[in-house]
Amino acid sequence: MAKKRGTGMAAVSYPIGMHLGGDPTGALVHATSGGNFVVAMSSVDLGQGLKTVMAQIAAEALGVPLDTVIIDTGDTDTGPHCSGTGASRTTHRAGNAVIAAAKEARSAMLDVAAEMLEVSAADLETDGKGNIHVAGVEEKSVSVAETVQAGTFQFGKTIAGRGLFLVPKSPQDPETGESDPHSTQAHACTVAEVEVDTESGEVEVLSLKSAYEIGRQINPELVKGQIVGGAWMAIGHTLCETTAPYYPTTEHAPLDFLNYGMTGVAEMPEVECELLEFPSPSGPFGAKGVGEMVANSPIPAIVNAINNALDLDISDIPVTPEVILRALDAQAAGAD
Amino acid sequence: MTAKLVQLTVNGREEHIAADGLISLQQVLREKLDYNTVKDGCTQGGCGACSVLVDGELALACLLPVSRLEGAEITTLEGLNESNSAGVIQESFVEHSAAQCGFCTSGMIISAKALLDENPTPSRDDIMEAISGNLCRCTGYLPIIEAVQSAAGKLAKGGDGE
Repeated sequence: MAKKRGTGMAAVSYPIGMHLGGDPTGALVHATSGGNFVVAMSSVDLGQGLKTVMAQIAAEALGVPLDTVIIDTGDTDTGPHCSGTGASRTTHRAGNAVIAAAKEARSAMLDVAAEMLEVSAADLETDGKGNIHVAGVEEKSVSVAETVQAGTFQFGKTIAGRGLFLVPKSPQDPETGESDPHSTQAHACTVAEVEVDTESGEVEVLSLKSAYEIGRQINPELVKGQIVGGAWMAIGHTLCETTAPYYPTTEHAPLDFLNYGMTGVAEMPEVECELLEFPSPSGPFGAKGVGEMVANSPIPAIVNAINNALDLDISDIPVTPEVILRALDAQAAGAD
Repeated sequence: MTAKLVQLTVNGREEHIAADGLISLQQVLREKLDYNTVKDGCTQGGCGACSVLVDGELALACLLPVSRLEGAEITTLEGLNESNSAGVIQESFVEHSAAQCGFCTSGMIISAKALLDENPTPSRDDIMEAISGNLCRCTGYLPIIEAVQSAAGKLAKGGDGE
């Protein structure tokens, strides 16, 4: 009995979002009388940082300061349609909707500013600090707040915009299986190193080293948060987590945290990741997505590393100590 | 069953609670006294989201019947906001992106505070042990470990969170 080390690799190509039934998401932008911009949507910030990313995208497309953008989301009773916050899709789908809405609102804002400054709207620029000025003539300017107020009180114009981004339905051809799944694709590759105790069947993940290609990163700190969190979740899924340990029966299904095995803080190895940025032509400012996909390459990489360490061919998860010990027994029996 | 009247001090305020049977400290803090940082996670001591300090010691509020806490001093995250070290820990959590959905965060900060009160210069292993009873489903723990290390460093230099 010994501790054996192995290395495994896996790569994924991940189509962002859904396509089989069409994949729409909407956003509406309007200026408040105080000079802020509200982005109404239904996509959800569940900790991944959607509000931050959407505010960055809206501020950039409107040409206004980040802290003047308010993301109003989370209520499907009142917000525009979102097909769901999942499938790594929201940065791409909702981001495109926000850009469309912000562009229309920007155009309405510049039309009002053009009347105030008595110039053509085509000659106007925003400085991103809350001002609108004539290109090349910075002193000929009005503030965004003044423009919004003039739109309301002087000109009777709503400064608002609509955005709906739709990836059309693309069902599979029943004969050939042909379909168009990739509005955009992200990529990841992970190398895992493990050590397996052949007496206890326990696996220690020693390191996870990944490269991700997710288009342009809108917010690198949040991207890193997704990747590190996904690495941990992948270790749990690979080594112990399951809601149906004796699938397809539901016997011994865990019903609470005490029985649903998750790896803890002590099982977390160092996680290294390199980001490659190939901007997506269809993405908001070149972004693709990095959500659900972060668990996808570490899982097969860890399984491959276990197989490499023990010369096995396990292909189901979770790879529990029981699974490993039974596989080693079968291997020994086969060798006799 | 008759209710027993229990006196507690919660975040410096005296409270009188009519405690029926096994009603837990977590239920009282969250539902009766509106301390919403005390999360209702698993109610069986498995997740750490309801962590509080009882007479300065780390405790899981969901496992403590209030009827047994006569005279105890309870501190929740709300009560730590004005004290120096919790402010520094919170700031470090922000700097290291150690919170995502935020459900575990108040329990994590309470556990970190309990650790740093007892051991101002914890090793990485000490930190991992201190937060091993707190589940986090988002961050992969590494940013939380970094945040606690960073808070310890700032407190050692005399940072007061001002």
